[in-house]
Amino acid sequence: MTRVHDMGGRFGDGPVIPDNADAPVFATEWHARALAVTLACGALGRWNIDISRHARERLSPRDYTGFSYYEKWIAALADLLVERGVLTKADLIGQGDDDAHPLTLKILKANSVAAALAHGGPADRNSEVRAKFSIGQAVSCRHPAANHLVDGGHTRLPAYAAGARGYILRQHGSHVLPDSNAHDLGEAPEPLYAVRFAASELWAHPEHANDQVVLDLWQSYLAPL
Amino acid sequence: MPHDDPDHPHALLPPDPALRVKALETILTRKGLIDPAALDEIIDTYQNKIGPQNGAQVVARAWHDPEFRAALLQDATVAVTDLGYFGRQGEHMVVVENTPDLHNMVVCTLCSCYPWPLLGIPPAWYKSDAYRARVVREPRKVLAEFGVTLPEKTAVRVWDSTAEVRYLVIPMQPEGSKNLDLDALAALVTRDSMIGTGLAQEPS
Repeated sequence: MTRVHDMGGRFGDGPVIPDNADAPVFATEWHARALAVTLACGALGRWNIDISRHARERLSPRDYTGFSYYEKWIAALADLLVERGVLTKADLIGQGDDDAHPLTLKILKANSVAAALAHGGPADRNSEVRAKFSIGQAVSCRHPAANHLVDGGHTRLPAYAAGARGYILRQHGSHVLPDSNAHDLGEAPEPLYAVRFAASELWAHPEHANDQVVLDLWQSYLAPL
Repeated sequence: MPHDDPDHPHALLPPDPALRVKALETILTRKGLIDPAALDEIIDTYQNKIGPQNGAQVVARAWHDPEFRAALLQDATVAVTDLGYFGRQGEHMVVVENTPDLHNMVVCTLCSCYPWPLLGIPPAWYKSDAYRARVVREPRKVLAEFGVTLPEKTAVRVWDSTAEVRYLVIPMQPEGSKNLDLDALAALVTRDSMIGTGLAQEPS
């Protein structure tokens, strides 16, 4: 059911290696260019953040595991540019045409960068879907953790929380539903909640009886208990 | 659009990552789809203008000003926007406060979500498989790798950033820092203390 990016709780990854306080923001120049090219291409308006996340998740498990962080970004970007009709495969191998491109009017210019980054991409929306849950209410997560609209599709319910029972901790209003928005099925906004789970609900051997994990989960991921 | 294309177009680009990025930048620039000067501007923003110094200002003010702290905990998006911190990957902010009974930590197990306007671009360890996989299951072992040991009575609450809500931790204010001014307070606030993998520094 899962994809390789859904790694919460996985065993075997070894220690976390903290960095030095003076470590550079970008370890190498190409990391910086990879981030900037990706953001600039986003401004062309041919995809949304959920589509771009799903493009990274759809890298083959071998590529996802073998690629470094920004290699994943740039590979997913190349795939998206072709899938969404911005470039052709011929373009990628240097055999594309030099015809005028219909998206050139969308180009992000240097003098628009500050405004574009300041605006960001808010995900809250008005929604017809009424909030079903109140703070403190007991809920359980969908099981298995999967997109119910598209088989193998994007979802933001991690596998480790599938079927888990928790409590509504916060209401975030209504947000765009990634399971729909990642597949060109519309934004389908619905109520979003922070849900608190006891570590003992998620793990066979929790470190401490009082530890908790909180996840942001959409209403359709949840059922009342 | 095929859902899973076994023939990933990225394989057509050079395998070396630096050459791969350069190739894509060159193709897109020639087609008039990206402006190299805009890329420089984006990089300059996250290299030099936006970083954990922003979040440190927020925490220092929360320690210093009870009214601001209350407003921050009530609606962080409004409170930090009023200080000039807003934008991409910080559109919906929630600020959570560490206490002697509860220690908060933040992760994104599914990708690398992080409050950019307050902390900048996440460090490599935050994006690593090891942190993403382990911190939800064994936060105390991960904390030990950062040199942090919590008292037995302190519960750990790990926030997995699965939506577009971004979390910032207010670390506990160090003893002996009550009379410091905002700049001196901000100097005690490390990046890791605002993710929850560290504590604020003691004043010297």
